[in-house]
Amino acid sequence: MAESAPARGPLVGRDRFWQPPAYTPGYKTSMTRAPSRPLVALGSTLSEETGPVFGRDMLGEKDNNLIENFTGQQAVGERIVVHGRLIDQSGRPVPDALIEVWQANAGGRYRHKKDGYLAPLDPNFGGCGRTVTDAQGRYEFLTVRPGAYPWPNGVNDWRPMHIHFGLFGSGFGQRLITQMYFEGDPLIARCPIVKVIPSQEAIDSLIAPLDMDASMPMDALAYKFDIVLRGRRQTYFENRKEGL
Amino acid sequence: MVQSLNQLKESPSQTAGPYVHIGLTPNALGNHGIYPRDLGKSPIRAGAKGEKITITGHVRDGAGMILRDALVESWQADAAGIHPAPNDPRGGADPNVTGWARFIADFDSGDWQFDTVKPGRVPAPDGRLMAPHISIWVVARGINIGLQSRIYFEDEEKANAECPVLQRVEHRERVKTLLAKKTGPGSYRFDIVLQGEDETVFFDI
Ligand SMILES: [Fe+2]
Repeated sequence: MAESAPARGPLVGRDRFWQPPAYTPGYKTSMTRAPSRPLVALGSTLSEETGPVFGRDMLGEKDNNLIENFTGQQAVGERIVVHGRLIDQSGRPVPDALIEVWQANAGGRYRHKKDGYLAPLDPNFGGCGRTVTDAQGRYEFLTVRPGAYPWPNGVNDWRPMHIHFGLFGSGFGQRLITQMYFEGDPLIARCPIVKVIPSQEAIDSLIAPLDMDASMPMDALAYKFDIVLRGRRQTYFENRKEGL
Repeated sequence: MVQSLNQLKESPSQTAGPYVHIGLTPNALGNHGIYPRDLGKSPIRAGAKGEKITITGHVRDGAGMILRDALVESWQADAAGIHPAPNDPRGGADPNVTGWARFIADFDSGDWQFDTVKPGRVPAPDGRLMAPHISIWVVARGINIGLQSRIYFEDEEKANAECPVLQRVEHRERVKTLLAKKTGPGSYRFDIVLQGEDETVFFDI
């Protein structure tokens, strides 16, 4: 259970001009999966302000070690540490929050029945991991750098190297899935999925820099990826009778 | 110039993609050996108080195709309307309700199904009671940012009429897209339509 006072209060509204819109023709699958009617907008209620809590005690010892957590043998690829903090829009840490990651192996192949890419499966790489943030919102994973891979969209579209991140906050309304990219990858600027994000500033916030100070000499390079969840309103005047 | 608000921007969302199961339900995919079991198999444990119900549904796109790669999560209060979370200020939730579940479309039929208890009414911020509902969040390939909606129940007519959230749906004929249909004793159907005719109401909440 949570070890610190749980965050309460109304959630700050999502900035829908910063977040990607639903309908983005460059990413073809979105065209039939995007709502065509306006979202019904209203302030958060307890149903969004509360959310599930996952204790650290449910974690296995190697859950955040994707190199070894599938068979116990070492996966093939460039060893990397991915670490950072989960914070909210006020900069406050989000402690005791579950983070789930998944990714392709070093060759760009997923362990999924729908992935038929030429690159072979690595018998020792499952491709998923999870952890729970500490009291300062910190997390870390040990993994291999995922390979880029081609995907059916345009004739020759490739995904940049990326790790999928699923994030819980302290409220269900903060639930977020995103992807981490790697500094210097020339495929980022060419990716139709990256380009659904409206601004370069927002795209940059998903690109993890190489973090030499956190790398482990003779062992693994490190990348730092901080993630920001919706914040909570900081004032508490209780006159909300007009609406929600 | 003015002072900085020192507010950060939320991390931009990216699609869960076609391989979301690898990360969130590896055992259902057949990737065993990493986690002993998938999370969120049920929002209740044996002994949960309240009316036991089963909800079945699918996720359908604007071309009428049933998605096989969608993942839905749910969050709800217990039968007394209290959330099993440390930040529900009222506390005292049913210890046999975890409140959260995660379900995926059956790889063949496209249907998902989950068993739970019907939640009680939860107060809105102004004190009025919302009708019983289960909050849902839908992600899939092609969905750039998770879609928020709610499952209400068609047999809660009085509570639904009083619900301040349902009252905010301007096009009244669309309210029915938020109501699970009763298909038998304790069983409901709730199809999520992403686009087009009968498009489900999605919230920005
Ligand atoms: Fe991917």
